Amino acid sequence: MLIELIGINKKYDKEVLKVDKLVLKEGLVYGIIGPSGAGKSTLLRIINLLTPPSSGTYYFMGRSLPANGKERLQLQRNMALVFQNTLLFRDSVWNNVAYGLKARGYGRIEIEQRVDALLEQVGLKDLAARRADTLSGGEAQRIAIARAVAFEPKLLLLDEPTANLDPGNIELIEKMIKTLNSTKSITVVMVTHNVFQARRIAHEVIFIHEGNIVEAGPAEQIFTDPKDPRTRDFVEGRMIY
Amino acid sequence: MLRLYEGIIEAFRLILAFDPALLEIVLLSLRVSVIAIFISTLLGVPLGTLLGLKPEKRTRLINKIIFTFMGMPPVVAGLIIYLILSRQGPLGVLGLLYTPSAMIIAQVFLATPIVTGLTMVGIRAKGSEIEELARSLGAGSALAAWTVVKESRIAILGAIITGFSRVVAEVGAVMIVGGNIAGRTRVMTTAIVLETRKGNFELAIGLGIILLLVSFIINSILYNIQRGGKAN
Ligand SMILES: Nc1ncnc2c1ncn2[C@@H]1O[C@H](COP(=O)(O)OP(=O)(O)OP(=O)(O)O)[C@@H](O)[C@H]1O
Ligand SMILES: [Mg+2]
Repeated sequence: MLIELIGINKKYDKEVLKVDKLVLKEGLVYGIIGPSGAGKSTLLRIINLLTPPSSGTYYFMGRSLPANGKERLQLQRNMALVFQNTLLFRDSVWNNVAYGLKARGYGRIEIEQRVDALLEQVGLKDLAARRADTLSGGEAQRIAIARAVAFEPKLLLLDEPTANLDPGNIELIEKMIKTLNSTKSITVVMVTHNVFQARRIAHEVIFIHEGNIVEAGPAEQIFTDPKDPRTRDFVEGRMIY
Repeated sequence: MLRLYEGIIEAFRLILAFDPALLEIVLLSLRVSVIAIFISTLLGVPLGTLLGLKPEKRTRLINKIIFTFMGMPPVVAGLIIYLILSRQGPLGVLGLLYTPSAMIIAQVFLATPIVTGLTMVGIRAKGSEIEELARSLGAGSALAAWTVVKESRIAILGAIITGFSRVVAEVGAVMIVGGNIAGRTRVMTTAIVLETRKGNFELAIGLGIILLLVSFIINSILYNIQRGGKAN
């Protein structure tokens, strides 16, 4: 078991997320679907320890979340989050990809090898020296993912990684995600508003609605035989939001 | 119009003549303002970064205070520093009044709120987003803060340029705490006031033009740093 959330909730002005229990197992690809404002990004941010939950218990590989800042950082370093709004540093493409490795104190040679290999993999080797703010949307998104996986996290959190991209780039990124999961056994949690995408790449699907996990289970079952009428409405495209 | 024209001629004559008295005035101006802006940067950038990363709700009062100090009239700043440094003042024993150090202190007092306030505003635009991004990539607090500063460098250098422009051009504070003593605390702005009063308009305008030129050179250097070392 990689992550376990028990009785986690998050309140701002009102309660925006309420998770009685959520278990993420190692090695799987999870798809989180749900309408806008359901709490999908909030859930990812809580998992990534960026947003503290208002209450509840958080376990990472069986260890409950430490209050101590240093241990927290160690725990956080097992994961990476690719945000909904792609944000690259105002720096070269190469330095963007190298950031997490430098933060972890990798040696120069290792950093060079990894970054070069990754840029090759995402097909952007020629852009290594380019300023990141001159990239196209698809290129930027590929770099954001490369940057997040450079240090080979156990858990990769992706928030709408293909929103606003053309079919070519979507295919490329989906392929990347699948490869990372199968060859490096990185666990992936991907938020997407696109149920077809979830169907293409997720093993398990979690449907969130108004801050609640309405239904979670194997992708096939969620799409062909959903138990909850709200899930059915959503996956069949009848939910108005 | 004629006077302005003669002033320009005078300015170039003074520059080309390398007049030692003038050179001393220009160098003192630069020394005082550069040291002052350096200290203000050391104080204001970390403070502004810290404030800019906090939710605005929690820094409202501090914001108002800083914005008020940003608009402090230099003569008022000069008066306050004067009272602190004068014989009877709390720091009177240091004997700093009418020295370049007093002028630096007064300018730090004027520039720090500007550097702090403008840094804060610049950081607020995207700072917390960048901080989160850095943390999600494994940065500790120190690296995350440094990344925020680096990513906001254009706004921060803008803050420093604005602070420098304010202090190098101000006259009220340095006049009060420096006293405009020839050869000791006379800077470009106070010299301009003096020469104008004496009716030496050409010399005053000449000094004004030199002040603008010096300001242009310093700002160009900072501007080039802001653009990442590349011209344009
Ligand atoms: N910092 C915040 N302060 C107040 N409310 C917030 C904050 N962050 C999120 N919310 C609210 O929490 C709810 C869930 O937001 P969240 O971003 O998790 O939705 P989402 O499912 O990711 O939506 P989308 O698909 O549009 O990205 C929304 O109503 C949002 O307005
Ligand atoms: Mg979202």
